[in-house]
Parts: sequence; C-alpha cells; structure tokens
Amino acid sequence: MKGNKFVITLISILLGLIIGGIALSITGFNPIEAYKTMFKGVFSNPRYISWTIIRSTPLILTGISVSFAFKTGLFNIGAEGQYIVGSLVATMVGYFFHLPPIIHPIVAILAGILAGAIWGGIAGYLKSKFGINEVITTIMLNWTALYFSNFMVFWEPFKRPNRDASERILDSASIQILEKWKTSDAGRAFLANNNFLKEFLNPPVNFGIIIAILVAILIWYLLKHTTLGYQLRAVGFNKDAAEYGGIDIKRNTILAMMIAGAISGLSGATQVLGVSKETAILATMEGYGFDGMAVALIANSNPLACIPAALLFGGLKYGGSKLQPTMGAPIEVINITIGVIIMFIAMPKLIDIIASVRRRKRGVEVEDSK
Amino acid sequence: MNTIDYNTKVIEMKNITKKFGDFVANDNIDLVVHKGEIHALLGENGAGKTTLMNVLYGLYQPTSGEIFINGKKVEVTNPNVAIENGIGMVHQHFMLVDNFTVVENIILGMETTNKFGVLDIKKAREEVEELSNRYGLYVDPDAKIEDISVGMQQRVEILKALYRGADILILDEPTAVLTPQEIEEIIEIMKNLTKQGKTIIIITHKLKEIKQSADYCTIIRRGKKIDTVKVEDVTEEDLASMMVGREISFKVDKKEAEIGDVILEIHNITVKDNRDLEVVKNFSLKLHKGEILGIAGVDGNGQSELVEALTGLRKVEAGRVLLQGKDITNLSPKEIMESGMSHIPEDRQKRGLVLDFTVAENMILENYHKEPFSTKGRLNHKSISQFAQELIEKFDVRPRNENQIAAALSGGNQQKVILAREITNDPEVLLAVQPTRGLDVGAIEFVHKYLVEQRDKGKAVLLVSFELDEVMDLSDRIAVIYDGQIVDIIDGKDADEKTIGFLMAGGGVGDERK
Repeated sequence: MKGNKFVITLISILLGLIIGGIALSITGFNPIEAYKTMFKGVFSNPRYISWTIIRSTPLILTGISVSFAFKTGLFNIGAEGQYIVGSLVATMVGYFFHLPPIIHPIVAILAGILAGAIWGGIAGYLKSKFGINEVITTIMLNWTALYFSNFMVFWEPFKRPNRDASERILDSASIQILEKWKTSDAGRAFLANNNFLKEFLNPPVNFGIIIAILVAILIWYLLKHTTLGYQLRAVGFNKDAAEYGGIDIKRNTILAMMIAGAISGLSGATQVLGVSKETAILATMEGYGFDGMAVALIANSNPLACIPAALLFGGLKYGGSKLQPTMGAPIEVINITIGVIIMFIAMPKLIDIIASVRRRKRGVEVEDSK
Repeated sequence: MNTIDYNTKVIEMKNITKKFGDFVANDNIDLVVHKGEIHALLGENGAGKTTLMNVLYGLYQPTSGEIFINGKKVEVTNPNVAIENGIGMVHQHFMLVDNFTVVENIILGMETTNKFGVLDIKKAREEVEELSNRYGLYVDPDAKIEDISVGMQQRVEILKALYRGADILILDEPTAVLTPQEIEEIIEIMKNLTKQGKTIIIITHKLKEIKQSADYCTIIRRGKKIDTVKVEDVTEEDLASMMVGREISFKVDKKEAEIGDVILEIHNITVKDNRDLEVVKNFSLKLHKGEILGIAGVDGNGQSELVEALTGLRKVEAGRVLLQGKDITNLSPKEIMESGMSHIPEDRQKRGLVLDFTVAENMILENYHKEPFSTKGRLNHKSISQFAQELIEKFDVRPRNENQIAAALSGGNQQKVILAREITNDPEVLLAVQPTRGLDVGAIEFVHKYLVEQRDKGKAVLLVSFELDEVMDLSDRIAVIYDGQIVDIIDGKDADEKTIGFLMAGGGVGDERK
C-alpha cells in the first residue's frame, strides 16, 4: 500500500514533467534542453545545491505545518500568515534584544514559534469555541498578518531609513554557518584552496535545514508514538468516536492549530535569522505558506516525506528560475510543470483507474491466449 | 411457492471465486435462482455473501467463474451491465438524497423529460404512483426523504430498482434497520413482488425471517457454499448449525437474577435532540446490581438521546443522574467512564470506532493514556499490539490482524472490536445499545452469554434494543419507552410480545390506571 503510493507519486512527477515539456514545446522551447538547463541549474555547481537547500528549508517547515494540521483533521490555509508573524517577531527580537550569541537566536526562534502558535491558536480557538471553519479564519488571518507586519515595519524605531524594510537583525542573532569565518582572512585563504567548499558556502548556508529535519522527525514521532499524537489523530479521523472515547475535542483542536502555527512561525523565524535578516514590506504574500500546502500534498501529509517533497519543489522552482536568463523561457512554464505535478498527485484515483484499465486489458489478453 | 417457475433459471453463477490478495472471499461458489422465488443467502459476518452479490451486481470482478442471467452468459463489468440485465440492488445503507422528494430520488439518473428536454416531474410522479400501486409499495411521492421513516426509505430504494426495470432484486440485510412491524410489511411486500413475477435474493443472517419469507436458502460459510436447501424442509436450528458449523442454542441460558442494590438512578431528566426539541421528558428509571434492564421501544422515541445524556455526550437539561450514589449529571464522557460506566454505542462507525485507525489503536480508544499502553505520554506499541492480539483471539475477530485498518473489517467484526474493548473495561454499569446489530447467530450467542455473565457477576446492564426478541430473551425487567417516557415496566418473566408491542406503539399512554 505504502509502496503503491510512492510509485503513484513518482508517476505523477514524471507525468508532470512530460506535460510541462509539452507546454515548453508549444511555446517554442526544446523541452529536453530546458530540463537540462534546470538540472544543471541545480546540480552543476555546489553553490546551486546550497541555494536549493536554502530555498527549500522554509517549505519543509510550512509543509510539515500543513501536513500536521491535516493529520488532525484541520485545513491549515494559514501557514502563510503564521510564517509572516513568525518572521516579524523573530526580526524584532533579533534587532531590539541584545543577547549573547547562541542565546540570541534561540530566544528569537522561540519568539517566532510562539507568535505562530498564537496566530494558529486564534483559528483553533474560534473553531472550538464558536464552530467557525478554520479555512475561513486562517485565510482571513493571512491578510491580517500581512498588513500587521507591514504596519510594524513602518514603525519608526524599527524601519530602516530609505528602505522598504525593517532594520537588520544583530549579528548575534544570526543562524548562518561560518558567517564570520567565510569573510575572514583565514577563511578566505582556506577556501581559496578548496573550491567545492568555497562554492558551497557562498550562499547564506544556515542551520535552518538541520532544524527542519529535526522538526520533521519530532512531528513524526509525536504523531506516531505519543498519546498526544494518538488523541490528535483520533480527533482528526473521527471526532465523534474521539469524544466517545473521552478525548477532549475542543482542547485538541486548539492545540493542533497551535502546533501547526508554531511550525510555520518557526519557518518564518529561520528564514529571517538565516537568510533575509530583515522583514520587508510586502505588497503581496511571498507564498511560503501556500507552497507548503503543495509540499504537504506531494508528501501525502507525512512529515518525513515533506523533506524530499520540499527539496523537489524548491529544486524545480530554483532550477526553473534559470530558464529565463539562459533560454528566455518564461517562469510561467515552470509553474505549469509544478502545477501539473501537484494536479496528478491530487488525483491518484485517475492513475488508479489507468492502472486498472491496463490490468483488465492484460487480463483479457491472457484469457484470449488460452 | 406456486409462483416459482422451475424451468427458468434467472441467475446461474458457476464456480465463482473472488480473491482479495491472498484472502479468498468466495471459493468456487455455485448459485442457481429460479424465476419467482425468494432466495436467501445465509452466512456469518464476513462469510462472503455480500461479496458474491457484489460480483453479481458488477461491483467486483470475479477472479474466476461465470455468470448467466436468463440463460445468457454475461460479463458483469459494472453495475450498469447488471441494471441492463434486469438486476437491481438495495444496499444495507441506503443511497438516497435526503433533501430530495421520493419521486426525485426514484427518477434520479434517468429523469423523464418532455420534448424540450425539460424535467417532466408530473409524468414521473404518475409513473412512480403506478409502480407503487402495482406492487403494494405505498409511499408519499412528494415527501422528502429526511421526513420519512427508515421503512419508507427502503420502499423508495426498492421502487428505484423497479423503476429501472429490475426483475431480480438483491436486498442486502433488508431488515437490519426496521422495526418489528416494518419487518412484517417488507416480508409482505417481497411476497407480493414474487407473485408478480419478480425474483428476490436476500442477504441475511436472521433465521426467523428466512423461515417466514424465503423459498430456498443457500448457506455460505467462510467463502464456501455449504448447501442450498428448501426452507420448508429445515428448522431454524438446522440452518444455524449449517451456517456456523456447530450446534447453536437459541435460548439464552440464565439462572434466576439476584437483584441487588440500586446502582444507577435517573431522576426526572429532560434531554433535547439536535433540533432542540425535548425528546426525553421527565424520565426516571432505577437500575439495580445484578439485573439486565431492557428498554424496548420503536427507534426514535428518545433512546439515542437518553443514552448520550447518560454517557456525557449530550447535555442533560434538567434532572439528575446518580451512579453508585455519585452525581454524574453532565460530567465529561471520560469522568463518567471512570465512574464505572461503559457504553456499546448504537452507531459503531460514527461513535464506536475510528475507522482509519488500526484494530489495535481502536482497542485502546478509552485507555490509551493508561499503563501499560503508554508511559509518560509515550505509546507502548508492543503492549498495545499484545493486548489487541489477545482480544482478537478471545473475541474471534476476523481477520486475526491487529494492524488491519478498522474500516476494512466487516460490520460484525467491527462490532466485536467494540465489544471486546468495552467488556474488557469490566464496568459496573454497561450500557449496551443494539449490541448485536449486524451480528450473526454465533456472535449473538456470544454477546448474550457475556451480558448474562456480567449480570451474574453482580454488575448491571442497561440494554437498549429495537429488536423485541432480544429484549425479551435477555431482560430481567423490561421498560417500554414511548415518546421519551417510560410507559410501563414489566417483569421479564411475564412479558409477552403482544403486550409490549402494544405499549411500544403508544398503547399505554394516557391510561390512568398505570
């Protein structure tokens, strides 16, 4: 059964690539050439691999956030908003607080987690207290988060003069790896002799990926091996039976949304502390939360599977971005490919049907040959 | 019987085998049904009778074997082929649109239209009325499904099949959800249909109804056909032992009850249903240790709401409930459970089980947070599996696999999982609602024996059942509920079906002598 789902996912990815290729040909680009460019764009240089991982890290976390909520019977459309408040609060802690290194990022991350948890918790509370559907509240909270973040960034003490962004976090709050050493004389000297590391460390490599992997394992463990996970899954699958079994549904709904929110908040925090170092004023949403939904879908809501799913997603996006400069192919084509992949994953039924028709045909052939 | 045309085999299934992976659901089964007969398919839960009919109806493809309909070999690749060949199936769970009218439901998918392609509901209505008159299937064509009784809904399902030109009707457990009166009516309807040349196959495990209605009976045990018998020539006991493969006793063996102190007191409680109407009204009842108190009544007289109120799943609006002298009114389900009450719920798929959980996970639904199933918030999968394996063995849950998803079990086996769990709680008060619904005789015997055992241990059992036979067989006292109130309480020994039936229908209401 599990193997079957994995195969279906692979077939979906393949079909997505084929149909994306057709879209490329129609628009007058050689699809093989294009995919080659994308592949090279991800793998031909250690630097690109770094970038792919960095780009994928927040998606792993928002993917886990959506997956976790889904496992507990909730649709967390609010990963985006939770991500935004998480990054905002982490930036503020990173800039306003003066703390020693190591402690500073930990405090900033915890603050981001807390902010996301509160943001998700609001939707959970409204659902359990008043029965308001979390899909609606989380969508609304996304916009609330966006404008709240913009409002805060415009706040005089926080805004960087002459820029549409906040002040940058203090160096003590950064979670980048070997950030200082990279630009120091010793570092330069060492890297000059080691081309692979030099390229690999060129982008803002940070601890985010390690955090994301740890969170994936933690959430997987929580769902599978703890009584809390048992309760949450019971409520998610059948809340009437959970209630009958003595499980407090309301408490669990709030808790589930808080945890989902916390993970998205963490995603925002790691992005700020590891990559962007600031919160920009946003005209529209960046999409980390929404892409997280796609990742969750590819991963079939399995937290561990969110890691490869996000890497695939991030790789396609990052590799796809290379099409424009080298071939002049529009980024939209790569979005079509990604869209098609997700579409095929969302309808495993179709692939099932195709498979069963094939089986039946084969069955008839066998009978005919008798 | 004289309506059977032995020269016409309307259905002939030859050497049907159906495998699901390694599991053989149907093993080389033959079935012959003649025109105009009522043919019963009898078998335990999971014996493969529904699978066989799903093969006939085109929902499953047989692994091997052939199907002849009216003498012609047919590849029933999907239900449309079955319908084209005059086969109609009424499933155990009705497939009706609740907020459509009876006529709309019947014509759904093959609507009558006028020459402009516009729905001609008037003509459709006439056709439906004509059909229902011809076969004695009286329904109100304009009533909405949500407003009519389950018995009426079943008639709509049958009409739906007839409207599609069915000559052969497959009825899956047709009496499972009906009241005693409705059961008599449906049997009458079935006989009527065969008189007019229709053929009926019923899937059932109720022996009494087979004796009352069927001409022939094919017995299936563990996927294999045991025999096809003429119902006239056999007794219920014969059928039962063929089905289970051993002797079965119908009489519940029980000694005189040793009734003890009051353990559960219900004082003047009022409970509302989902529409905010009072459905349990000023209800009082005392349950003693060492007795089985049966609540008899037609479905929908407040039983479900009463049970939910007692178990903490629904608010008690007024009044008090005392368990062992402790006030448990409006406590949480968990607190009530921990005070010594267990509950076999009426709806096993809605309340009783998390269908997407494994059998093992379902076995610990109420005790997952306790030792040895978890320590400090961590689940002990090993002891959970072990516990589940023991219960599966003890309660004969099939298949014997604790990692099976509960949804994949047959209805009877799902019920066994719930029973195993609740019984193992060893409660002071066991609230058993329809505990044998959908079970075969072997399993029913087992459940009944347990309920009596629980009573003999000095525990109390409150049995709520819509099956009068069950209530009468088991109960030491019988309380008849009508319109949310107890109409009368009768000693189990003095009970007769007629009196209780009369009371259940509201016959005792307003009788001042009571």
